[in-house]
Amino acid sequence: MKRRRRLSLALMVFFSVIALVLIYAPVAWLIISSISTRADLLTIPLHWIPVHPTLQNYLDILIPGTAASDVAATFKVTLGNSLLVASSTTLISLVAGSLAAYALARLAIPFRQTLFIGLMSTRMIPEISLVIPLYILAAKAGLMDSPIILILTYLSFALPFAVWMLAAFFETVPFELEDAARIDGASRLGLLFRVVLPVAAPGLVSTAIFTFLLAWDEFFFALIFTSTLASKTVPVAIAEFTGRYAVDITAMMTGGVLAALPPVILSLIFQRYIVTGLTSGAVKG
Amino acid sequence: MALTDSIPRPGTTRRMTLHQQDVLTGFLLLLPSLVIILGVSLLPILVTLVVSVTSTQIANPIPNGFIGLNNYLDFIKSDVFWAAIQRTAYFTFVSVGLELLLGMAVATLIHARPPGWKFLRVSLIIPWAVPTIVNGAMWRWIYNADYGSLNALLQQLGVIKNYIPWLIDPLRAMNMVIIADIWHSVPFIALILQAAMATIPIELEEAAAVDGATAWQRFLSIRLPLLRSAILVALVIRSVEAFRVFDIIYVITQGGPAFGTVTISYLTYLETFSYGHLGRGASISFLISIFTMIMAMIYIRILYRGGEVQR
Repeated sequence: MKRRRRLSLALMVFFSVIALVLIYAPVAWLIISSISTRADLLTIPLHWIPVHPTLQNYLDILIPGTAASDVAATFKVTLGNSLLVASSTTLISLVAGSLAAYALARLAIPFRQTLFIGLMSTRMIPEISLVIPLYILAAKAGLMDSPIILILTYLSFALPFAVWMLAAFFETVPFELEDAARIDGASRLGLLFRVVLPVAAPGLVSTAIFTFLLAWDEFFFALIFTSTLASKTVPVAIAEFTGRYAVDITAMMTGGVLAALPPVILSLIFQRYIVTGLTSGAVKG
Repeated sequence: MALTDSIPRPGTTRRMTLHQQDVLTGFLLLLPSLVIILGVSLLPILVTLVVSVTSTQIANPIPNGFIGLNNYLDFIKSDVFWAAIQRTAYFTFVSVGLELLLGMAVATLIHARPPGWKFLRVSLIIPWAVPTIVNGAMWRWIYNADYGSLNALLQQLGVIKNYIPWLIDPLRAMNMVIIADIWHSVPFIALILQAAMATIPIELEEAAAVDGATAWQRFLSIRLPLLRSAILVALVIRSVEAFRVFDIIYVITQGGPAFGTVTISYLTYLETFSYGHLGRGASISFLISIFTMIMAMIYIRILYRGGEVQR
């Protein structure tokens, strides 16, 4: 019995190590590539530890003027665009979303169930089924290549998602808290802002992170609607490294690390919320 | 009855007005979200339907030239369409199937609490959080035929003699894309299943163990049934996403080699934005959304069982 337990422990450790290697090896190579010189990466046989480790690739992107290639110099602008679009989308989704979520979670409105189901279905409509009308709209309204069209189109998936997730969190706020405040004469809006939102704050944080990640990750709309630095986001910039500039592997990997850092750091800091978010019917694959 | 009708008690009227107030407030609170969703989702999907029965071209992007169901009929008759469907089905079945198996394995491993399980669970967040495009770019570089680390690793381990061009053969290219997708998505499934496992009362499995059930029997007859709805949720969400796969293919193979990784979404993209046939593109994209809606209905049925929302 004791030997069997030791054997199963050894097996579990073995599989854990394999899982960890599979998780970290690709990431390690991404990071190593980003601190290597191009020449080092193109040697055969390949060295796993960079011979001439350098932060030059990062400097090229982050400090203007020193850039070796145009793409690297413009990458910083796309980081700014992504930040603008993702945080605006998150902000609008949270504000409009918490109002709607409160109505759905707490008020005896007609067609409540239907609204819920409608919301869930909208969340699932693929971007590709919306893109043609939105493209026509953008072309007519002169919104092509502007962050505004990205924010608008991102709301198509971010807002239903935020309402759905916030409603789930609002439902966990005890009714008694609201009843007490109601006796004191608080209005419905007062209840939302002074009772429900503070109590459901972790849910708010969780929803904000998920929405931000969804928007930061978005590629398809950005590919269709952006063409210049006026609105190009990070995913599009990285895809361009792989297309026209296939040789610029170090810039691509460095861009990759920089694009991955915000979501990875956010998720690690708020990991507790991520797991609750995932289990409350969250939808980011 | 008549008495209460003619002389309403103060309390009753007040509750009535409060209820009416709630409905009004509720409507006002919903209004901003409803307007946005109507504008960016519901109207567009209707316009997509309208465009799909026309021969609209991208040069003149106003729905024009009604041609009935011709776009749909053209696709149903074309090999390109069915080949794309086939590739999409292959991608969906293989990637989601393997992701569920591996996700379940990792969740079971973490649930058994081996040394360092907390570190393993935190580590899972990293592949999940890496943006899809970065994930694709990273694997494309790993797969690189001349300088990629996969070739270097396999050669230095003595597994292969010569470097293999991983993305030259259509089927192999598809499988390589699937591997990249698996790396990104297994953590999502593992985290969901692991959280669901944590809610299973430990006594159940202990009692079965005392009764002499083997670990495998306990897994099949206790854990698996109790995880049913978590598995279904993961399955539906991932299937919907896999069916519409686009980003990772765009970065790793651009649909190549020889259209070998052109899935249904990629075909829609090509039709619409490379060839400029908005009408034809709209017809496929409408078919995609019908399929997605069917999956969504299944998902909703899982979540709403007996009228109650299960979260």
